[in-house]
Amino acid sequence: MNPISNKVLAPELRRLKRRLLLRSGLSLGALTMLTGCNLTDGDAVDRALWAVSRFNDRVQAWLFDPNRLAPTYPASEITDPFPFNAYYPEDNAPEVDGDTWKLEVSGLVEDRTPWTLARLRAMPQASQITRHICIEGWSAVGEWSGVPFRSVLERIGADTRARYVGFKCADRYYSSIDMATALHPQTILATDFRGAPLPDKYGFPVKLRVPTKLGFKNPKHIVALFVTNEYPGGWWEDQGYNWFSGS
Amino acid sequence: MSAAARPAPVSPVVIHPLVVRVTHWLNAVAIVCLVMSGWKIYNASPLFGFSFPGWATLGGWLGGAIAWHLAAMWLLIANGLVYLAYGLAGRHFMRSFLPIGPREVWQDLKEALFFRLFHKLGAYNAVQRLLYVVVVLLVVAAAVSGFGLWKPVQFQGLVGLLGGYEFVRRIHFVAMAGIVGFTVIHLALVAIVPSTLWAMITGRARVEISAEEAAP
Repeated sequence: MNPISNKVLAPELRRLKRRLLLRSGLSLGALTMLTGCNLTDGDAVDRALWAVSRFNDRVQAWLFDPNRLAPTYPASEITDPFPFNAYYPEDNAPEVDGDTWKLEVSGLVEDRTPWTLARLRAMPQASQITRHICIEGWSAVGEWSGVPFRSVLERIGADTRARYVGFKCADRYYSSIDMATALHPQTILATDFRGAPLPDKYGFPVKLRVPTKLGFKNPKHIVALFVTNEYPGGWWEDQGYNWFSGS
Repeated sequence: MSAAARPAPVSPVVIHPLVVRVTHWLNAVAIVCLVMSGWKIYNASPLFGFSFPGWATLGGWLGGAIAWHLAAMWLLIANGLVYLAYGLAGRHFMRSFLPIGPREVWQDLKEALFFRLFHKLGAYNAVQRLLYVVVVLLVVAAAVSGFGLWKPVQFQGLVGLLGGYEFVRRIHFVAMAGIVGFTVIHLALVAIVPSTLWAMITGRARVEISAEEAAP
């Protein structure tokens, strides 16, 4: 298990990779297959792959059952130590000051008052022991507690007919999810891991815990959220990870 | 002119129907894409103590490999459904793959291992029948376990039945290994009897017609 090896990438490289989703991957078999077709232009195949990925978003939205809960586990099955994962090494995890931290709120909402940690902790809490599944294939069981995200959306008067909720993070990571998933009962703004405040490496002070999506759709160190109808993308999503990435 | 004066009657006949040929080659494309991109995905978090060489993978990086994998998936599904529907409804499976008895398999396997088994275009020996049925089942196993890995929450009943997410990863791997193993044997046999390749392209082969088939 090597969660970070291929996640440390220079921005230029990322842009290049996005453009060359395919071409950089041309190998013996791909060349063999493409010989004789007109699809020798990597950009054309790239566009096809992006189009299928958007199609897969729609299929997954259709498969997503807003009432189906992710399996939960007994405390004895919690993975210890729980793996660290980010696009940077663990030493580079941001150190956020919980006392001055604010959660900015914007977009299609009625109340844009920023949230403090105290206000989040004063809300009704929920806890879950669920499996975090990484896009790399590995999985780990963890215990997260915090505020059901639905109640935050209700409290800020979010337009729940909007399509997306986007997140911006202290580590410049960003991501977004569909509204149906945002309203799912197990989607929580987690402030605790295993009964204690989130350590820096797991996303202090707040991470979004979404057990119905892959790990990279669970942004950490969140500093802003917004409700929108314009596709917000994400740090990995813009490079080619499938956007919906539902479990 | 008496029949005895002529060489044995030989006639080009269709041994692989068009549906079988088209689905065979589309399936070959899908399987190659899925295996090579799957190896790249495997390399992101190897289940066992090895990685696949980069030159044998497709996609360039994890995101590209997954994009290929989840695109080729649709080709495999659509093509596989056509093939299975044709095979089951059109009696292709019954004619070509049955019967498979342990006695015939053992007999033909012994002959094959001593290079005494002759390949008759248009008819499968018992070992071939067994291998073709097994590989169809392996592809089904890979597809079903793949659905489980893709949607472990939505298809949690399936995943639970198969032993949980981490175990399904291993099922998916073993199914892949079986498919690759089949492919190696399959390609080796095609290399030994190259006329089978031509038959899978044109569908036709010059088959010696037996006395009763030649009779009006």
